[in-house]
Amino acid sequence: MIQTETAQQRPAAASDPFLAAFARIEQARDRQPVWPAWIFPLRKAGLARFAELGFPTLQQEDWRFTNVATIAQLPFRPLLAPGEVPPPADLAVKLPLAELTGPRLVFVDGHFAPALSSLGNLPKGVKVASLAAALATDGPLIQQHLEQHVRDNANAFAALNSAYFQDGAFVFVPAGVVVAEPVQLIHLATSKEAGAAVNLRHLLVAEPDSQMTVIESYLAAPDAACFTNVVTELVAASGARVEHCKFQDESAAAFHIAALHATFGRASNVWHHSFALGARLSRNSIRARLEGEGLECVLNGLYLPKGDQLMDHHMVVEHVAPRCASHEYFNGILDDRAKGVFHGRIHVNPGAQKTDAKQTNKNLLLSDEATVDTKPQLEIHADDVKCTHGATIGQMNEESIFYLRVRGIGEDLARRMLMHGFAGEIIDRVQHPVLREALDQIVWARLEENPQIAEGK
Amino acid sequence: MSLLEIKNLHAGVEGREIIKGLSLTINPGEVHAVMGPNGSGKSTLAAVLAGREGYIITQGSVFYKGADLLDLDPEERAREGLFLAFQYPVEISGVNTTYFLKAALNEVRKHRGQPEVDAIEFLELIKDKIQLLELREDLLKRSVNEGFSGGEKKRAEILQMAVLEPTLAVLDETDSGLDIDALRIVANGVNRLRHPGHSQLVITHYQRLLNYIVPDFVHVLSDGRIVKSGRKELALELESKGYDWLIKGHPGQLQPA
Repeated sequence: MIQTETAQQRPAAASDPFLAAFARIEQARDRQPVWPAWIFPLRKAGLARFAELGFPTLQQEDWRFTNVATIAQLPFRPLLAPGEVPPPADLAVKLPLAELTGPRLVFVDGHFAPALSSLGNLPKGVKVASLAAALATDGPLIQQHLEQHVRDNANAFAALNSAYFQDGAFVFVPAGVVVAEPVQLIHLATSKEAGAAVNLRHLLVAEPDSQMTVIESYLAAPDAACFTNVVTELVAASGARVEHCKFQDESAAAFHIAALHATFGRASNVWHHSFALGARLSRNSIRARLEGEGLECVLNGLYLPKGDQLMDHHMVVEHVAPRCASHEYFNGILDDRAKGVFHGRIHVNPGAQKTDAKQTNKNLLLSDEATVDTKPQLEIHADDVKCTHGATIGQMNEESIFYLRVRGIGEDLARRMLMHGFAGEIIDRVQHPVLREALDQIVWARLEENPQIAEGK
Repeated sequence: MSLLEIKNLHAGVEGREIIKGLSLTINPGEVHAVMGPNGSGKSTLAAVLAGREGYIITQGSVFYKGADLLDLDPEERAREGLFLAFQYPVEISGVNTTYFLKAALNEVRKHRGQPEVDAIEFLELIKDKIQLLELREDLLKRSVNEGFSGGEKKRAEILQMAVLEPTLAVLDETDSGLDIDALRIVANGVNRLRHPGHSQLVITHYQRLLNYIVPDFVHVLSDGRIVKSGRKELALELESKGYDWLIKGHPGQLQPA
C-alpha cells in the first residue's frame, strides 16, 4: 500500500511518459493539422490539470474503495494510431447485441473503423459520425458542447482524456426529430500490450423534443489488456427523450474507466443504464445535472463481478431546477473474491423545490469472500422535497428459496429464479424491447455460468 | 388407507423440543382443525410437515399416502400434493407472480405425468380463480407478494392453492391479520376446494375462522401434544371456556378422544 501511494503521487516530471506522449500529439498536429485549432488548448489544459491532480489515491473520498495504483503503475502507451492489422470484417455480426438493427460505429482500440461501421438511412439533419471526422465538417456545432458538460475538475482520468483523446462518436439529433433505431457505438479492444491506453471521447446531443437511443458497448479480445479511458458527454435538451445504455464486457485483464457527464433540460425524459460484466477493474463515474424544470431521469445499473474483478459506480445527481424526478437503481451480484463499490450522491440545490429523488443499491453476495462498499448520500438544500435512499447487502434469501420449494420448485431452479429476478429488476427498466431482450439473454447466460447456482449453494 | 398419519412425533428446533409426542390421522376428504395457544407447537407442526430446514425430528413418524413424508424434500412433498399456506407469505422481488405460479403448476403436472401448460392456457385456467378470491388481475404481473396488502397476501396463498389443487392443504394461521370481509373471501375460496379427494389441516389460534371453514374434527394442541380431540362443537366450547379449561384442569392426563 505504501509503495502504491508513492507511485500515485508522482508529479508529471519532464521525463514523464505522459509528457513524452503529449509531445507526439503536438508533433502530429504540426505535421498534419486535422484537428481544429481550438482543440489543442483544450488538450493542454487537460494535461496541465492531470499533472496537477495525478492519479487518485485511496485518501481521496471519491476513491476510498477503489485502488487505481495498478493503472498508475502501467507504462503509459496511448494508442495514437490505428493498429496495422484490421480485425476481420465479419466481426461485428458475431458480437453481443448484433441482433440490433440501426446505425453502428465501430472503434478498434480507440480508432474509428469505417469498414466495420454502417450508417443506414438516417433522418434528415441527424449526424452519426466519428468525432475526428465530424470536427472537420461540424466544428462549430461540436465546439458549442465539447468539454462544456465536463464539470468535474477533480477527475484526473477525465483530464487525461481531454489531453489524449483520439476519436469517439458524434451523435446529433436535431430538434423534433425521432431516431427510432438505436445507434450503436461498439468498441473493441485488441491490444495485448501492457499499458496500451485507449482514450475515447463521445459527444451525444439530443436537441429539443427529439428522441434517440444510444448504446455504447465495450468488448475485447479475450486477453486484451487495454486501459480504456472514455468520457461521454450527453445532452438531452428540453422535451428530449433519450435512452443511453452502456454495456461493458471487456477482458479480465482490462482496465476500464468511464465517465458520463450529462446535462438534462426542461421536461426531458432520460434513461441511463450501465451493465458491467467485464474488466479487471472498472469505474463508471456518472455526473448528471438536472438543469430544466419538470424532467424525469432514471439511472439504472447492474454489475456482475466475479473472480478478482472490481466494479465501481460513482454517481452525483445534481438537482438544479424544481419539480424534477431522479431515480437510481443499482443491483450487484458478486461472486468469488469480487468487489463492488457504489457511491451515490443526490445533491438538491436551494432552488430545486419539489424534487423527487430516490436511490437504491442492492447487493447479492454469492460467496463469503465477495465484498461491497456502498455509500448512498443525500445533500439537501431545499425544504420541500421527497428524497429517499437505501442500500442492502446480503446472501440469497433462504426464506424465499423455501417458499418456492414448498410450491414444488426445485432448489436449483429456485436459486436461478431469485438470481434472475434480482437482475431482472434492472433489465426490465430498459425501454427498447430488442435491447432489453438481448441484455436479458446475455445476463442470463452469464449467471448460468456461475457454479454457485448450479451447485445449489 | 389414511392420507396422513402422524405417530408419536417429537420435533424441535435449535436444540429445543417443541412437539412432544403428537399423533394425528387425517383421512381423504376430511377437514381437521388444530387449535392451541401461542407456543403450543402449531407453527412447528406446519414447518415439519412442509419440510422446513433446521427442524429436527427426534422420534416418531409421519406417513403421507402410505410413504415416509420425512424422507422427501419440500419440493417433492409439494409435487405429491401437499400444500402449505404460509402464515407470513414471503415477498420475492423481481420474480413475476404468473411466471412463478406457472412454473409451480408445471412442476406438479410433470410429476403427475400431465402435459405442461403454456402461458395462454395458464391465464385461462387462473381467470375464474382470481375472481373467486376477489383479487385484481394486475397482481399477476407483479413480483410475488411484493407490495400486496396483508389481506391480498393471504388471498394470494389460497389462489395458489386453487391453482395447484393439492391433496392435503395445511393452512397455517391463515386467519391472522384478516378483517371479517377478507376472512369470508379466504374461507369461501378454501371451501370451494373441498371435495372427497381433498383434505385440509387448518391451524389456528382462534375459533373465529372455524365459523367459516367448518371442520370435521377439532384437536387442541398444548405443549406439543394433542390434549383433546372432538367434533366441531369442541371449538365452540373452547371459545366460551378458553384454553385454560383444558390445559390447567387436566395437566398431562388427557388423551386423544
